[in-house]
Amino acid sequence: MNKPLNYAYYPGCSSTGTSLEYDMSSRAVCAALDINLTDVPDWSCCGSTPAHTVDHSLSSALSARNLDQVASMGLDSCVSPCPSCLANLKTAKHRMEDAGFRDKVNNLLDKPADTRVETKSVLQILVEDYGIENIRKKVVKPLTGLVVGAYYGCILNRPAELMQFDDLEHPMAMDNIMEALGATVVPFPLKVECCGASFGIPRKDVVMRLSGKLLDTAHGIGAMALVTACPLCQMNLDMRQNQINKANGSKHTMPIFYFTQLMGLALGLPEKELGIGKLCVSPRNVLDAIDANLKEKAA
Amino acid sequence: MKIGVFVCHCGSNIEATVDTAAVAAASREFPDVVFATDTMYTCSEPGQDEIVAAIKEHNLGGVVVASCTPRMHEQTFRRTVERAGLNRYLFEMANIREHVSWIGKDRESNTNKSVDLVRMATEKLMRNRPLYSKKFDINKRVLVIGGGVAGIQAALDCADGGLEVVMVEKAPTIGGKMAKLDKTFPTVDCSSCILGPRMVDVAQHPNITLYAYSEIEEINGYVGNFEIKVKKKATYVDWDSCTGCGICMEKCPSKKATDTFNEGIGKTTAINIPFPQAIPKKAKIDPDFCTKIQKGKCGVCAKLCPSGCINYEMQDEFVTEKVGAIVTATGFDLFDWSIYGEYGAGRYPDVITSLQYERMLSASGPTGGHIKRPSDGKEPKNVVFIQCVGSRDKSVGRPYCSGFCCMYTAKQAILTKDHLPDSQSYVFYMDIRAIGKLYDEFTRRAMEEYDTKYIRGRVSMIYPQGDRLLVRGADTLMGAQVEVDADLVVLAVGAEAAAGAGELAEKLRISYDSYGFYMEGHPKLKPVETNTAGVYLAGACQGPKDIPSSVGQGSAAAAKVLGLFSKDQLESDPQVSVVDIKRCIGCGKCIQTCPFGAIKEMEFRGMAKADVIETICQGCGICTSTCPQGAVQLQHFTDNQILSEVNALCRF
Amino acid sequence: MKVININLSYNSDFVSQVEEESGQKLNLCYQCGKCTAGCPYTAEYDISVSQIMRLTQTGQKDKVLQSKSLWLCATCESCTARCPNKIDVARIMDVLRHMARREGYTGIRTVKTFWDSFLNSVRSNGRVFEVGLLANYISHTGRFWTDIGLGPKILPKGKIHFKPVEMKGKKEVTKIFMRFKQESAK
Repeated sequence: MNKPLNYAYYPGCSSTGTSLEYDMSSRAVCAALDINLTDVPDWSCCGSTPAHTVDHSLSSALSARNLDQVASMGLDSCVSPCPSCLANLKTAKHRMEDAGFRDKVNNLLDKPADTRVETKSVLQILVEDYGIENIRKKVVKPLTGLVVGAYYGCILNRPAELMQFDDLEHPMAMDNIMEALGATVVPFPLKVECCGASFGIPRKDVVMRLSGKLLDTAHGIGAMALVTACPLCQMNLDMRQNQINKANGSKHTMPIFYFTQLMGLALGLPEKELGIGKLCVSPRNVLDAIDANLKEKAA
Repeated sequence: MKIGVFVCHCGSNIEATVDTAAVAAASREFPDVVFATDTMYTCSEPGQDEIVAAIKEHNLGGVVVASCTPRMHEQTFRRTVERAGLNRYLFEMANIREHVSWIGKDRESNTNKSVDLVRMATEKLMRNRPLYSKKFDINKRVLVIGGGVAGIQAALDCADGGLEVVMVEKAPTIGGKMAKLDKTFPTVDCSSCILGPRMVDVAQHPNITLYAYSEIEEINGYVGNFEIKVKKKATYVDWDSCTGCGICMEKCPSKKATDTFNEGIGKTTAINIPFPQAIPKKAKIDPDFCTKIQKGKCGVCAKLCPSGCINYEMQDEFVTEKVGAIVTATGFDLFDWSIYGEYGAGRYPDVITSLQYERMLSASGPTGGHIKRPSDGKEPKNVVFIQCVGSRDKSVGRPYCSGFCCMYTAKQAILTKDHLPDSQSYVFYMDIRAIGKLYDEFTRRAMEEYDTKYIRGRVSMIYPQGDRLLVRGADTLMGAQVEVDADLVVLAVGAEAAAGAGELAEKLRISYDSYGFYMEGHPKLKPVETNTAGVYLAGACQGPKDIPSSVGQGSAAAAKVLGLFSKDQLESDPQVSVVDIKRCIGCGKCIQTCPFGAIKEMEFRGMAKADVIETICQGCGICTSTCPQGAVQLQHFTDNQILSEVNALCRF
Repeated sequence: MKVININLSYNSDFVSQVEEESGQKLNLCYQCGKCTAGCPYTAEYDISVSQIMRLTQTGQKDKVLQSKSLWLCATCESCTARCPNKIDVARIMDVLRHMARREGYTGIRTVKTFWDSFLNSVRSNGRVFEVGLLANYISHTGRFWTDIGLGPKILPKGKIHFKPVEMKGKKEVTKIFMRFKQESAK
């Protein structure tokens, strides 16, 4: 890379808990690729779905506090691994371009916020700023024999005018990364279909139905695993996979990776740094199969 | 000059927001105005009679009518003053409808603006001079651009009426979209059985010269005397000696060429004849796929051709044709549906277009008339039709209705059942538009007799599930999300302006709408004329049309051409530039800037001077603003006339 | 079934309020149903999203704001992404939800309680404290069995903390909520 890549890093609440491994692997992969992430020093919650269901100015105020911090770091762009955080931060910036709305939001804050910074997803900077071909060059342990489907979830690239990333119906960013890592990618037909989002607690039945359909489809196309880029998608498919099996009478044992975890493995990073052990559905068999394939190839 | 002013109410169109009586009263104060009145409908018979009477009674030398746009009624009123014995150019129009009453609500301001417009018109009229047309000879040959059903109809009607016709067709065969159809609605007639004989007539008519696989390179001239440069694209086969025997096609080893005629269903050979009934039935090489042309090896066709007509070195050739009128019948193209990611954007082989399906249904098509899934060649059980793909969809920039998709979808559903009695068809629709004769009865038959399941709603997703496709849509009448397991999905893809329509319009100097469809002279009253004299429209180039409408318009365009050619001479428009040779210094700047080549250099007493060829000049006025000496003046729009209008407006 | 008098029941204030708050023009909707066709939540809705659009267009305020569907929309944006008339349907759903809240509709109690618990957690801690959120949710719904089975699975993985992560500016966040409450009371 010619130019050093520097970003403010907004981890989002789930990275301190249920998506610990996404945070760990995102940091590890960026470090391995010499991408500098500096944590937003005193970041707070973006408000996620609940805030925007109450009021748009409340939602934007919660996000604007964070954008303002990024601006004061002297960096012009911020990355977040989480699509929900990303959507909120981007929506706040976009809506606050309207003066009336900006005043309404600034009214809720201690001081008017500078919300001019761009926010991108970790996936977007890896694909657009770092580049697939550069990733390909860094692969030391190809994922030979791994048959994987890429699941993007609903808001990583929607709405298009706001997110401005990848194809609306058939995004390819993760597919292309997986292919560069040496995996066999099977086209996943429900790439942008919703998993049930945050209804896991209040309406579990919804998640059972929607995430169940995703797992059935992934199984149907012969995927050994799915890769995701969203904490909520990953949690619904991984942590709730047993619940789904029980509710739907299915027998899935499908590992659900964060794409950064598989990247880390291919870059030769140790499993521990990538939080592989923190996945609920054990990926052991799948990972062993990759190792076996590698050995066979070497021999 | 004694001037009369007539201020029109246009019913309430003008009167509602303009005090026409006040405008008339104000006009009476203008210099030279001896008579002014307001009238209910000036264009009506009593309205016109009032003008004639006033001219005679007050001995008027010129008339101003303040009413609508000159495009609407200038000709009408020119004829009126002529009836009363005045020269038609001693008339001016003030547009107080489109420019005033329709765009402003304030009665007082509108009235003031109308007074200003009338003042300008009278000032100009005072400086108007009688002008007289000249007569010129015309060439009674007609060019028809496009050999689809509309163009064929126009060409045959003109040829049967005794005119010589030149037809230029872009594709290697005439027949257009209709030639690709299996059957036609609502009669389920075999398309090639009814079109085929017409195509043969074109080939055999003594009055028709056909240039297939050719394009319009350049158009010069004007109504009555156009000069057309036609590019005959290289076919690599000498068509004069090709007999269409097809031996070359049988033996050509390069079998992966794009089969344009069959809409990409299947492949064809590098040297090919589009289909057995092609007119002309001649072979042509697709150079991108010919190994001889690409790599210098092969040459099988040249070895086997019994008439020795293969020529790998052939170049494009240009011919010039002189005609007096042009019928544009360039048709439409299908909307590129791959923009719809939710329908797979072309990823799924069993999602096809309606025109691909026609080729599949056709006995002379690539599957021999058998309905087969492109993916595995199996017969489908459930066939899903999706309407309005690229029609009535603002998000893809196509808000208009393509008009014929509802009908051909019903036809395809009926044919599907005929071909595969065990199949079941489903149609997702928004509204059924069946406004032709026997059309609604036809769509009802698809439902009542052929048990086609019509589902009112759009489809949001198509995705593979096992070896079938899952189509997820809405049934808004049921208020539900619905899913259909489909073996084959047929998209009723909408119509858009033909590729290259814009470039051709520029050559023809006709206008087109924001979607590229050609503009008719008037949406109600001049449906086949354009605003360029001598250029007419037929078929879907003007807007999506079904076969009967296209044929009707083809005949209408032919009638217009025959009407135009019923005279031996045409009158030229005297609103052209004239050169004052006393002022002209012979610098030649006007010659360089004239877009029509209407000014030539001449010698006058040993000095170079500019000279306008009246019949070529279009009256655009570019030369008048170019001339450094003010020596070129556009008649009826001289500098003095225009300045007097400006002065009338800027009085203070 | 109730007969609806189209002109008498048309609540024009409601229609203009929805248009103003969402920035969308309701008359653009021609009821093609593509939003309903793509909505992953249709199976759970009492009124499909295209019918919500129709009822809103025709000013049927009470029927719309009472709908459970408003509380089940996950803002997945598939309606917005595919609308042929480029209507931001998801934003309209969001705005209707705001109005339903302001008018005191609970919709689906568990969903509202979950969202409220989430925001309570953010208000107190500046960030979401998952265990606290769950405890708050359970205490308000009495659903003590919620996800209890997941405990043994994720506890050993260190994904659950029993104390909120401390952040400096949590008071700033609390103040955002306080000011929002004051503004809404106006």
